[in-house]
Amino acid sequence: MTVLSGLYAGNVRAVLERGFKVIGTQNWAILVSGFFEPVFYLLAMGFGLGGLVGQVTGPNGTPMTYVAFIAPALLATSAMNGAIYDSTWNVFFKMRFGRLYEAMLSTSLGPLDVAAGEIAMALFRGLLYACGFLGVMAVLGIATSWWALAMVPVALLIALGFAAVGMAVTSWFTSFQQMELINIVLLPMFMFSSTLFPIDVYPQAVQWFIQALPLWHGVELMRQLSIGAFGPMTAVHLAYFGVMSVLGVAFCTVRLRALFLR
Amino acid sequence: MSVIQARSLVKSYGDLNAVDGIDFDVAAGESFGLLGPNGAGKSTTMRMIGGTSLRTSGTLSVLGMDPETHGPEVRANLGVIPQQDNLDTELRVRDNLITYGRYFGLPRSYLQRRADDLLEFAQLTDKAGEKVDNLSGGMKRRLTIARGLINEPRILLLDEPTTGLDPQARHILWDRLFRLKEEGVTLVVTTHFMDEAEQLCDRLVVMDRGRIVAEGSPAQLIRQYCTREVLEVRFGSERNAAVVQQLGDVAERLEVLPDRILLYTDDGEAALERVTSLGLQPLTSLVRRSSLEDVFLRLTGRSLID
Amino acid sequence: MATGVATDSNRLAYTGGVLAPAAQARTARRWGWLLYAEYRLTSMRAYLQTIVIRSIGLPLLYLASMGLGLGALVDSGAGGVDGVSYLVFVAPGLLVSSIVMEATGEFTYPVMSGFKWQKHFFAAAASPVRPGQIAVGEVVAVGLRFLIETVVFWLALLLFGAVTAATSWLVILIAPLAALAFGAPLLAFAATQTDEGAQFAFIQRFVVMPMFLFAGTFFPLGAMPWYLQWIGWISPMWHGTQLARVVCFGMPNPVWLSVLHLVVLLVTAVAGTWFAVRIFTRRLTR
Repeated sequence: MTVLSGLYAGNVRAVLERGFKVIGTQNWAILVSGFFEPVFYLLAMGFGLGGLVGQVTGPNGTPMTYVAFIAPALLATSAMNGAIYDSTWNVFFKMRFGRLYEAMLSTSLGPLDVAAGEIAMALFRGLLYACGFLGVMAVLGIATSWWALAMVPVALLIALGFAAVGMAVTSWFTSFQQMELINIVLLPMFMFSSTLFPIDVYPQAVQWFIQALPLWHGVELMRQLSIGAFGPMTAVHLAYFGVMSVLGVAFCTVRLRALFLR
Repeated sequence: MSVIQARSLVKSYGDLNAVDGIDFDVAAGESFGLLGPNGAGKSTTMRMIGGTSLRTSGTLSVLGMDPETHGPEVRANLGVIPQQDNLDTELRVRDNLITYGRYFGLPRSYLQRRADDLLEFAQLTDKAGEKVDNLSGGMKRRLTIARGLINEPRILLLDEPTTGLDPQARHILWDRLFRLKEEGVTLVVTTHFMDEAEQLCDRLVVMDRGRIVAEGSPAQLIRQYCTREVLEVRFGSERNAAVVQQLGDVAERLEVLPDRILLYTDDGEAALERVTSLGLQPLTSLVRRSSLEDVFLRLTGRSLID
Repeated sequence: MATGVATDSNRLAYTGGVLAPAAQARTARRWGWLLYAEYRLTSMRAYLQTIVIRSIGLPLLYLASMGLGLGALVDSGAGGVDGVSYLVFVAPGLLVSSIVMEATGEFTYPVMSGFKWQKHFFAAAASPVRPGQIAVGEVVAVGLRFLIETVVFWLALLLFGAVTAATSWLVILIAPLAALAFGAPLLAFAATQTDEGAQFAFIQRFVVMPMFLFAGTFFPLGAMPWYLQWIGWISPMWHGTQLARVVCFGMPNPVWLSVLHLVVLLVTAVAGTWFAVRIFTRRLTR
């Protein structure tokens, strides 16, 4: 494959080994602290606000408590946020300040080894957080179906899609100001993607726009899984992330030279 | 008339005396050097002069004022060039000069003109609108010096002005500093480069471990603590020590360094002949004039750059 | 303008055009904090775009999502909060909390940078400006920025019809005060930090986020069990939000309690600034 020539040395393992070594030596509290943000959201919004909201209508018209309604959405959002952070800010910092990639790429490693290693590490962290959050949901009694177990691999799928696209997009960024754009996109997506409230309060055109965004598909898919209530849209959601991941990885590969070899 | 006067100046950090009772005077218009290795107490002394480090004991007077009680008054007369450039990377080159000038309460109309003159002086006119990050090391250094001149200071404090610069950039900088000296600005320079001290300083003190170990002009110090010339010979790291025994009478004084032997003498060529006449064949030999490096070695028994 | 040749014949050391050093020092002694604040505001120009986008975008975003979207859900459930629609209830909270959270950005990493990375505090301390004035200037400059952002946010509230009382303009003072009540102690803390570890990330995750979520922004403290309500009591964000609700829609609140909110905010902001002045002075003259 000509696209890959000079990009891949087949040594992702070396990058992963370094990644795990870092996790082993870094402050464990940092790793653990990442787990709390979605949990805080769940407790505050789910119980504090939940008292004011009451019952909500979930997938296939199933009535749900507010906590049960937002929990899967928060899992999807946290998968997105973690993946985006690891593939954008983290990559940007290591490139500009840590000069880590400069050192890595002066060995026989290729850019694809580095990129694949970083994405794999992001997925590993995502796996830990997803398992932890699912545990919290189980304790709160809001994961009512065995299908909820499938939320973990789906969280990884969502993370993969966002990580690949995020890394590709980072290849165009040169300054902190530009990096801020990432937050400017993510925050509204979080707020409007039927995460905390159903989107039918908005005009039809706005709803269509929201439904084109990836997070909405992630949230809806997770919500269906949490109670095991599926419909024809389930396949659409899955397909959306399947396509996003494939395109994202391809896109990222094409941009690797621009990202690492600048 | 002295513009800076220090008496029994001490600065301690816990048990460590970074500056351990030093006395010195700097005359108006003089170019005064503080020479010594890293950790000798030079930078601490500089910061005490600007009142940005509080002394532990002793007295210090700058233009007749105590920098601790009259910090703003003293600093209004100073231009401070810190060891590490602390330029504002969020501002463009020219804006760095103007915003810094505002700290002195200087009016914008003056600063606009002044900034242009200083950019010219620092040979950065065509970089006026550039981001600081895009400047080379030498350019950043010149910009920092230009910034230190924004208030037309009577005294310029330069902490290691050329450390980290390539030879060409150093010479450009020395040239600029020389011009300021000609205009009557008092320069106080710290350095651990001998050639820099010899180039820039009328008079200097040699510092070691917080104390002053010698004082004078570069030429005086060399005359006082050294011979006119030095013969450097190498016999290879194995043989150096063994050979020393036989070299006893060849020169006035010997210094044995790990890689070479220094022979202090007024006539280096003659000394070399004496060495070869002893039947010793050095791998390499070099005759040179004594420098402050030799003075420092003599005074402290250590070389300057460890 | 001066050419290379002309400049060479000019004297650089003393042009005679400069203010006398004694006058520079007099200005700096009195106005040093303002001179520093001026610099700080100038340096914000570098990320002016971000500030503008954020200060206009964030209120619109919050009000459209939390106010309208979530509001529809709450109003159909509980029929509003404290006798007003959810939009009116949550709007003052969104305003105060988002300004308070801005303080985290301004008073953590930039402070570490001033002492350690870019060292611009040391640059300023080498001028006639005194270290304590640098700390005060930081507070003043950032406070001024908050003031402007609050005005924009308040206008957005008016646009959405999210305020009902004539006194609502007072939030323009309340929100920046609340932000400084949180920010000034944070500035003092950040000034004590010498190692770039995870301390600021921890503050974000374990102080700022919980404060945002649990300190009365989205629901009254009373909606939480009693053993969690202390989170609100110790949060400047809650005191500011409660005051803002009083002035924005006349939330029933005993006068003594409103006065207490105000006193807590003032004392915390002033005490934080006082500590920051001391720590800056110590660190810049050591």
